[in-house]
Amino acid sequence: MPTKSLLSRKNNLSDPEEQLKYLSNGIFGDGELPLFKDKIAGGGAYPLKPKKLEILQLNLGYMCNQVCSHCHVDAGPDRKEIMTRETMQLCLGVIKKSGAHTLDLTGGAPEMNPDFRWFVEEASKAGIKDFIVRSNLTIIVANKKYYDLPQFFKKHNVHVVSSLPFYKKEKTDRQRGSGVFDKSIEALKMLNAVGYGREGSGLKLDLVYNPAGAFLPANQQALERDFKSALKEDFDIDFNELFCITNLPISRFLEYLIASENYEDYMTGLVEAFNPAAVQNVMCTNTISVSWDGWLYDCDFNQMLGLKVESRVQHLKDFEPELLQDREIRVSQHCYGCTAGAGSSCQGSVT
Amino acid sequence: MSKTYYDPADLKKFGSISEWDEELGSKFFEYYNSVFEEGALTAREKSLIALAVSHVVQCPYCIDAYTKDGLQRGIEKEEMMEAIHVGAAIKGGATLVHGVQMMNKYDKLSM
Repeated sequence: MPTKSLLSRKNNLSDPEEQLKYLSNGIFGDGELPLFKDKIAGGGAYPLKPKKLEILQLNLGYMCNQVCSHCHVDAGPDRKEIMTRETMQLCLGVIKKSGAHTLDLTGGAPEMNPDFRWFVEEASKAGIKDFIVRSNLTIIVANKKYYDLPQFFKKHNVHVVSSLPFYKKEKTDRQRGSGVFDKSIEALKMLNAVGYGREGSGLKLDLVYNPAGAFLPANQQALERDFKSALKEDFDIDFNELFCITNLPISRFLEYLIASENYEDYMTGLVEAFNPAAVQNVMCTNTISVSWDGWLYDCDFNQMLGLKVESRVQHLKDFEPELLQDREIRVSQHCYGCTAGAGSSCQGSVT
Repeated sequence: MSKTYYDPADLKKFGSISEWDEELGSKFFEYYNSVFEEGALTAREKSLIALAVSHVVQCPYCIDAYTKDGLQRGIEKEEMMEAIHVGAAIKGGATLVHGVQMMNKYDKLSM
């Protein structure tokens, strides 16, 4: 598994243009598989237009303490892109202006941003209904300056969404790195100890599952049942919901698919599992993703592919909800990842 | 024509068998899909049975399909291997239990 980002390895897939080329050539270029826009046009869903903006997802930076083999952000300790306090101030203005009911902080490890706590304190005053922080769990035990994060999250009534690819050590460590499972369990226990995930506490702790390999996630409810019983029985850990997220063929997961010669089969599987019902609820229709430097994207994946919103408003400083609403969502073949089977989003299945 | 009997790419063409007999093909796939729905057995249990049977009937397409299906369902490799041993035990047992027939015949024919 990789120990450095694609960028620091100078891998050509660190260039979004190269990824987009890959996604448009080969089996899609020669017509063996239909382009995503043609596929959704068949059901009258092209061009894809946004509905009401509900979720504002802010990427606080690509720095992370882990180097997961499936990471679509190409995050890692060697990434230096970090949101500044100045950009955060622009975000605070936009939160109020946007009318979004959910604020979703992600990264990298958002907690590694030096202004993370300041921003959470300020943003929690904005009257947001659901305030999410996506935590990779191991950050909580990575350094003693993070040990009090569970208390900090609790104080600001943050909704914690954490990645745990599997309830067993082997698969988790294979995807996320050696020792990650044990540290994640320790962090989950710390979150449980302050009330997160425990019945009646009102503190929400959700877990994210994504497959450790070139296959699609199964039924979310069935997996949630398995996760709950295994984590309870083995570690007395409680959590609220499990979100199943399909790995999209972007960045390091794309690198893995190509290197393991699974790319064509994986893409064929995504196309075969295309579900028109999922198209109606894909997250890009109710989300705006903001990069560390303030640019706006239809979703986190488009952010990583460098596909800025197709609008006169492209940056936080020009944010105008109505102008932004009137746009076409940019699509490419990676979008098949969000429409396969039960659909996939940062909130799990969409059907 | 391919020089091998099995081509992994043929698995995804399975549905094309209906092209030469629409009625029976459709009936089969409808039945097949019903069999794997959640019932008295969970879909997970059915997937493990299918994996074991795939090995017993030595169908490479089925082995590919149900290994992947198992991974998607969160079935672990230890469970998969145990399931295959169940299949192997029955297959081995089925061979050996005929040993009784051999013994019976041997005894009958011998003085």
